[in-house]
Amino acid sequence: MLKELTGKCIIVGDNIDTDQIYPGRFLALTDPKEIGSHCLSGIDENIASTFPKGGFVVAGRNFGCGSSREHAPIALLNMGAVAILADSFARIFFRNSINLGLLPVICKGINQKVKSGQTLTLDINKGIVKVEETGEIFECEKLGEQAMKILEAGGIKPMMRAKFAE
Amino acid sequence: MHAIEKILMKNSGVKEIHTGEIVNAKIDFAEINDLYLQTVLSFYEMGGKKVWDNTRCAFVFDHYAPTPDIKSAENHKAMREFAQKNNLKYHFDTNCGVCHQVMPEAGVIYPGMIVVATDSHTTTHGAFGAMGTGCGATDMATILMTGELWLRVPEIIEVRLEGETPKGVYPKDVILAVLGKIRADGAVYKGMDFTGSYVDNLGVAGRMVICNMAVEMGAKTAYMQPNKEVIDYVTKRAVRPFEVQFTDEGYKYSESYVFDVSKLEPELACPSSVENVHTLSSVIAEGEVKLNQGYIGSCTGGRVEDIAEAVKILKGKHIKEYTRLIVIPASKEVMLECITRGYISDLINAGATIGTPGCGACLGVHDGILAPGEVCITSTNRNFPGRMGSNKALMYLASPATVAASMINGKITDPREFL
Repeated sequence: MLKELTGKCIIVGDNIDTDQIYPGRFLALTDPKEIGSHCLSGIDENIASTFPKGGFVVAGRNFGCGSSREHAPIALLNMGAVAILADSFARIFFRNSINLGLLPVICKGINQKVKSGQTLTLDINKGIVKVEETGEIFECEKLGEQAMKILEAGGIKPMMRAKFAE
Repeated sequence: MHAIEKILMKNSGVKEIHTGEIVNAKIDFAEINDLYLQTVLSFYEMGGKKVWDNTRCAFVFDHYAPTPDIKSAENHKAMREFAQKNNLKYHFDTNCGVCHQVMPEAGVIYPGMIVVATDSHTTTHGAFGAMGTGCGATDMATILMTGELWLRVPEIIEVRLEGETPKGVYPKDVILAVLGKIRADGAVYKGMDFTGSYVDNLGVAGRMVICNMAVEMGAKTAYMQPNKEVIDYVTKRAVRPFEVQFTDEGYKYSESYVFDVSKLEPELACPSSVENVHTLSSVIAEGEVKLNQGYIGSCTGGRVEDIAEAVKILKGKHIKEYTRLIVIPASKEVMLECITRGYISDLINAGATIGTPGCGACLGVHDGILAPGEVCITSTNRNFPGRMGSNKALMYLASPATVAASMINGKITDPREFL
């Protein structure tokens, strides 16, 4: 979890809400793979099938606003995203992502600078993102202690399993 | 200290509390709506056996009430079985309504408590001086197992609303005006305290409209100091004793905004973002906006007071031909009161389509899905692309009165023309 992550990115805009990440008409689905296949279909139905596995979604401000739907990070993870880099995140989306092991990283201004398809390397410990093609480096905010504790446990589920096994 | 901090401190059993700190808070009531079978799945994945307290959690079947397809029917079935197996004291099936209306009516919401639900609009319960916040399915599963949730003590901002609204301006217009100023991310992770003479004099329904949409600015929770109307409401219904919390004199908010509501006009959130707020008159001045559908309902705009304002305008008139107006009372109690007052007959005679109490068309899963190219005006809370169906449909958020007036003309219309 805490090693460097390298992958290609796609770019989306400001206020990408959970309806755009995972439209309401798919909410009854519970199979993670199937959920992943509809990811970001509120923007474009072809994004999920062409998303670079192990890659990043780069967004503007307030990514994940709207509903509390956990389908949003489930969809992003199962589409193959490992981290979201954005100017800011909505609160419930942020919590849901941490719980499930998807990294929500605040990296201000990056969505104005990088281009879709470029390769990024995120070093979560150093708090930096490097654009491999240009060598450009962006600073990002470090995650809080509580978030790191959950991520280091592999997400909230392993953490709770361990607690309840005691 | 702020009342929200006092609630957090009381429920986490600590002696003092500081902004930014993480506390483990006891949850007084936890609600799971019918979108989140994942809560049950996560509960078992994490080793859950029985819920921590069968009197403090409930399912509300509102988003898919009644079920529109086999998959949602399967989800209801599994959740119903979980509720039965855990012998839950409260169970709100498809005959009840929207969770944020049903819970206060059932008396499980009262001042000074913490309520967490798998629904972002749980901020609504700030209307009762409760701390309400939304969470995801797996966070909810941890609550069902432990009765607790870790919460960060939020910064608290004040939104002071002063004065009286002019004719044709409703609580929905007030909160849209606030949203237009503070924007969709202006309160992320923060508590929003609504204060001022307008709030002091506001009834339960209007308070709920305003607190409901605090989350559209990113707020973690909303708060309003309970007034007499709130105390009367909860005293009749509360299932547990409660203690109202008060903010200390001289409490320093992290930010303050002041609005003179007497200067407001009817407002609209235009396509396709909640923060794209303009006065109705400025939108009309730019040209006619033709409509295909109107919707009055949801946890934002489906209460007796909302439907009453719409009926005032629609009674004895008819909606424009080739349009439709869907009206869905927020709960069974609201529906029954509307029947008693004759509103349902008035609406049906005006051409409205009436639906089962619940979320209805709000989130695009049934009961009024939009086709590509269609335009809808709605008393709900979100208008992001695809919210009510096709992502090529457009949605305007407005007060129930504006929706009613607009559907008579089949185009966006100022409700003051009919008052």
